[in-house]
Amino acid sequence: MSGPRRPARRHPIRVLIAKPGLDGHDRGAKVVARALRDAGMEVIYAGLRQTPEEIVRAALEEDVDLIGLSILSGAHMALFPKVLKLLKAQKAGSVPVFAGGIIPDEDAHRLKKAGIRAIFGPGTSLEEIVGTAQKLARRRA
Amino acid sequence: MKGSPRLPTAARAILAGDRRTLARVISWVENGSPSAEPVLRALYPRTHGVPVVGLTGPLGVGKSSLISTLVGLLRARGRSVAVVAVDPSSPFSGGSVLGDRIRLERRPDDAGVFFRSMASRGAAGGVATATLEVCRLLDAAGFDVVLVETVGSGQVDVAIREIATTSIVVLVPHLGDEVQTLKAGLFEIADIFCVNKSDLPGADVARRDLADLVAHGPYEGGWTPAIVSTSTTAATGTEELWSAVEAHEAFLDRTGGRRAGERRRLAAEIVGLVRDRVGRELTGRLERDPELRRLLDAVTARTLDPRSAARRLRLASPPGPEGRR
Repeated sequence: MSGPRRPARRHPIRVLIAKPGLDGHDRGAKVVARALRDAGMEVIYAGLRQTPEEIVRAALEEDVDLIGLSILSGAHMALFPKVLKLLKAQKAGSVPVFAGGIIPDEDAHRLKKAGIRAIFGPGTSLEEIVGTAQKLARRRA
Repeated sequence: MKGSPRLPTAARAILAGDRRTLARVISWVENGSPSAEPVLRALYPRTHGVPVVGLTGPLGVGKSSLISTLVGLLRARGRSVAVVAVDPSSPFSGGSVLGDRIRLERRPDDAGVFFRSMASRGAAGGVATATLEVCRLLDAAGFDVVLVETVGSGQVDVAIREIATTSIVVLVPHLGDEVQTLKAGLFEIADIFCVNKSDLPGADVARRDLADLVAHGPYEGGWTPAIVSTSTTAATGTEELWSAVEAHEAFLDRTGGRRAGERRRLAAEIVGLVRDRVGRELTGRLERDPELRRLLDAVTARTLDPRSAARRLRLASPPGPEGRR
């Protein structure tokens, strides 16, 4: 459905945080989830080992404003574009996707070109992540 | 849909099984958006009154895992299931982490399952109303069963009774004396007690304690709460749990309890909606209406007490239809 979204009042930003692929390190994702919560967002935490299909399905069922993906396994070049492709296939290409993890610069460059809106490497401050997430969600609304 | 050309587009889409629209309209309900109203109105006559099974209990007793196993059981029996998982919002930031999806196991392409997380958003009376309306949307969307999960540790969570046709209170061994305190809150709302993690030592004791409590009937409506032991790690008890739900639902049909319960819930819902509206109106008028602002000034100046002010406020605004001013 592409009808206008008419919020009656300001409502919390809903964001899905998921870890695609097989690595088991979710501390970063959890820290980010908490920071977003503390910034007043409703964080749907989908957890570890999600397939792109599961992530997109969760995003649609939860009607999120924003998707954050965390990955440390190195499979980002396979998994992120897949998520974007599936979103587009569901006519949900306008849902902004941001990512965090260990992603080499040249990959980050290509992923941004492919449509990942922001990429956060190790050492990024939580303020920056929260601020960017808010901007991405707001621009969409 | 033929024969109903005046149905709003979103309502028609939901009836046709469009899950994306369903998800969007749920957001409208959550946000208190006026867009939700015509959809809810159009769909209300199309609801079937499907079983709404509430699971409540303290944090960490395994409600989400139980939901996952129940979803598995129901899917194996060919029944479609929608899950609504309600988690608290932070009273400080308004944010929340909704993590109940983590436990859900299903085939990613299985259209027979729908899962939605909701934050309580701390709105006065709002959770129960919004959850009820979401359950109704899921009913209209054609799901055979709706499962609602809420955190319950005491009195607040009695709200589940305003939503569910069958309420399951989930506990674990070694809650010990807490079972006594539950008497006043959760104890009274259970149609079924579920002792989860029953593979742990102490499960027998917990079950016996509950049996003692349950023996203190009689119960309104004549249903004596069932007690079921489950373990999601040992994968036992899920069938018994669902049998208990079915027994209670059958009891409701047999005794007319379903009708009575629905009437009670609808009455509470209507009263809640009126209370919300009157509250909103008055709050808005306190700032705009010069008369009411003077009242507030007087209370601030301690020349009038809050109760007297409230009495005059009520007189100034009879709790009637919106148009009457």
